[in-house]
Amino acid sequence: MSKTVEKKSKLSISENGLEKPGPNKRLEVLKTYKIYIGGQFPRTESGRYYIATNNKGEQLANICLSSRKDFRDAVVAARNAFKGWSARAAFNRGQILYRIAEMLEGRKAQFVEELIKQDSSRSQAQKEITLSIDRLVYYAGWCDKYQQIFGTVNPVASSHFNFSVPEPTGVVAAIASGENSLVGLVSAIAPIIAGGNTCIILASETKPLCAIGFAEVINSSDVPGGVVNILTGKPSELFSQFASHMDVNAVAYCGNDELIQKEMQQKAAGNVKRVLIYKDVNWLSEKGQSPYYILDLQEIKTTWHPIENIGGGSGGY
Amino acid sequence: MPAVTKKNKKTSSNSNGVPKLKFNSGWEYAPAPESKSHIKLKDRYDLFINGKFVKPSSGKYFETINPATEERIAEIAEANAADVDKAVKAARNAYERVWKKMPATERAKYVFRISRMIQERAREFAVIESIDGGKTIRESRDVDIPLAANHFFYYAGWADKLEYAFPGRVPSSLGVAGQIIPWNFPLLMAAWKIAPALATGNTVVLKPAETTPLTALKLAEIIQESGLPEGVVNIITGFGETGADIVNHPDIDKIAFTGSTEVGKIIQKAVAGSNKKITLELGGKAANIIFDDAPLDQAVEGVINGIYFNQGHVCCAGSRLFVQESVYNIVLRKLKDRIETLIVGDPLDKNTDIGAINSKTQLETINKYISIGKKEGAEMYQSSCPIPGKGFFCRPTLFTNVAQSNRIAQEEIFGPVLAIQTFRTDEEVIEKANNTPYGLSAGVWTDKGSKIFNLTTKMRAGVVWANTYNKFDPTSPFGGYKESGFGREGGLHGLSGYLKV
Repeated sequence: MSKTVEKKSKLSISENGLEKPGPNKRLEVLKTYKIYIGGQFPRTESGRYYIATNNKGEQLANICLSSRKDFRDAVVAARNAFKGWSARAAFNRGQILYRIAEMLEGRKAQFVEELIKQDSSRSQAQKEITLSIDRLVYYAGWCDKYQQIFGTVNPVASSHFNFSVPEPTGVVAAIASGENSLVGLVSAIAPIIAGGNTCIILASETKPLCAIGFAEVINSSDVPGGVVNILTGKPSELFSQFASHMDVNAVAYCGNDELIQKEMQQKAAGNVKRVLIYKDVNWLSEKGQSPYYILDLQEIKTTWHPIENIGGGSGGY
Repeated sequence: MPAVTKKNKKTSSNSNGVPKLKFNSGWEYAPAPESKSHIKLKDRYDLFINGKFVKPSSGKYFETINPATEERIAEIAEANAADVDKAVKAARNAYERVWKKMPATERAKYVFRISRMIQERAREFAVIESIDGGKTIRESRDVDIPLAANHFFYYAGWADKLEYAFPGRVPSSLGVAGQIIPWNFPLLMAAWKIAPALATGNTVVLKPAETTPLTALKLAEIIQESGLPEGVVNIITGFGETGADIVNHPDIDKIAFTGSTEVGKIIQKAVAGSNKKITLELGGKAANIIFDDAPLDQAVEGVINGIYFNQGHVCCAGSRLFVQESVYNIVLRKLKDRIETLIVGDPLDKNTDIGAINSKTQLETINKYISIGKKEGAEMYQSSCPIPGKGFFCRPTLFTNVAQSNRIAQEEIFGPVLAIQTFRTDEEVIEKANNTPYGLSAGVWTDKGSKIFNLTTKMRAGVVWANTYNKFDPTSPFGGYKESGFGREGGLHGLSGYLKV
């Protein structure tokens, strides 16, 4: 690509969203930013959009302004995918998360460019993409280990064998961090799906560009359709639906708006949802990853079975 | 009901000509009542705040009665918002000044001591539990009281070992815990709440249910005698409003509630935006599943224990029975025969299998559901056993021809009422069993190991009993999926509800 073209690609969009044509230059093919539901890339059913801008106010792209109906469709997709995904071998889930990291590694350049468009410096962008890849590898490794850390065999006093294991909560609706683009998204999604849940994620409203690129990465990583659903739009429009939907088992909110927190907690009571509030978490730091984020979206199941005690009092020979 | 209880019955046979269970000869069981002579009860109980029994600021008292005789036992103070505030202040003060700073090993010893003192007075507690709540003496003696003592003993030992429970973390206590407990296992629920809270370094304001406050107040006496620092545990009595005052108190850091899903939702909503940590242990509508390869006699015992234990006042009761079609007729016959042998009556009689329904209100709820079941077209069968003329009693009841959509198959009844459905395939029964907003417990009866694990992993429920039912242990976490609540009580997992991790 020549320098001039690269300059052009900093994107000067006219009001109708198209690049201004020049006389002898190749016209760049622009990307349509869609949403990701059930392994497909539809536009929002509402036909609405908003324009993502950078700090200088330059227009970056038209982004889908997802509706409540999009969210409901995504919940259906996530619920349908839950049975299969939660039944996958933990080892297999680990391989798939690792595969996401592989795919992301191969497309680093694209994400760096998008992050730069959204006001990151090149070094910040590089740091964010490598951290995101490493975080996926980190959670890939946890997929078949957290059960051993958080499960127990319980020494009950009666003649029973008794053990407790973590199992996925179900369908999780999460609002990703508004401040970070890619790392906020990855940090929210990875522990949810590592634990066998399926999810609907609302990407950062102000930095949405990476979200759809990441959906493409997921789509080419053997993640079954519906396991991860990514919407773009406004938290203010969707948070209450996230919290009140009766077929969602848990909601997570990565943000600091106390009114949103409170209202989500209130609405979640409708079907006793688990509510996870992650405020003031610096997702770029070490604190942005932990097996306890997986545990947050697990249920502990305890199983009992009698032990027959007949004869043979001691275990010795 | 752990043991098979025998009862003489006239020899007769079912309509299909199969002889009924016959427990030999013409012997009747002679009454075997537990003596009440050794129990010490006051005529009036005040609020236990800051280590002392104090009068309620309202000056109001309400009566607690024996549901088996409808006789008054004692009068109980009714706490209002001012009393709740006093209790919370006492708990906060004790937390900041004493309990938080105390070495964990010393904290542990107080909790161990409470456990020992309950064991020493176990018989008194068992009798009071049966008088106040209506549960059979066999149950309060063999299940409730020992488990309560054991729960304190188990959690005591955790106090100085908490960092081993949370790899990579240093857990810290929360502060003041507000705890609201139900009437079905009064002392045991108090133990489930208080023991982990104390072991993890929190202080407590606990409210027992209005129909069953006595053993919690007796526990307050033990706590006083144990020398536990004043204000570490406060026990206040009252109705739902008192509970709401606890939930809404701004200086409480944690709410733990066991009770109905309806009230649980109100509590979850009320604490929204408050930074209070909550755990909820709510209702259930458990499926108990019998496959055709199950040991049927054991399974029938398990079903009886599953639904009629504690008069069915159990959130994890196996209230929906699924029987594989090929064994349906035989299972139904065995069940009907078996419930004929159950003895309903005086909770203090050691022969009694099913005691008194906890309150008049609850008896009305159960009867309402029985008539709903009949109206919806299900077929009712009740034991023909006699029931006492006075007090609140309900015959063991089962319904057949139940549809998945019937209210008796969907809603929690909290009484001795079983809804029976049939199934053909594993897939079908998994689907039906999970088709409920609840997810507290489930039961599976089959002789095939691989089938057990298939079913136990697919049940969306927090406790799954395979070839057994209604077993509890301090080391075993208890709690639900979905609308049965969140958080666990018991075991290592019961610690995290009381800690910042």
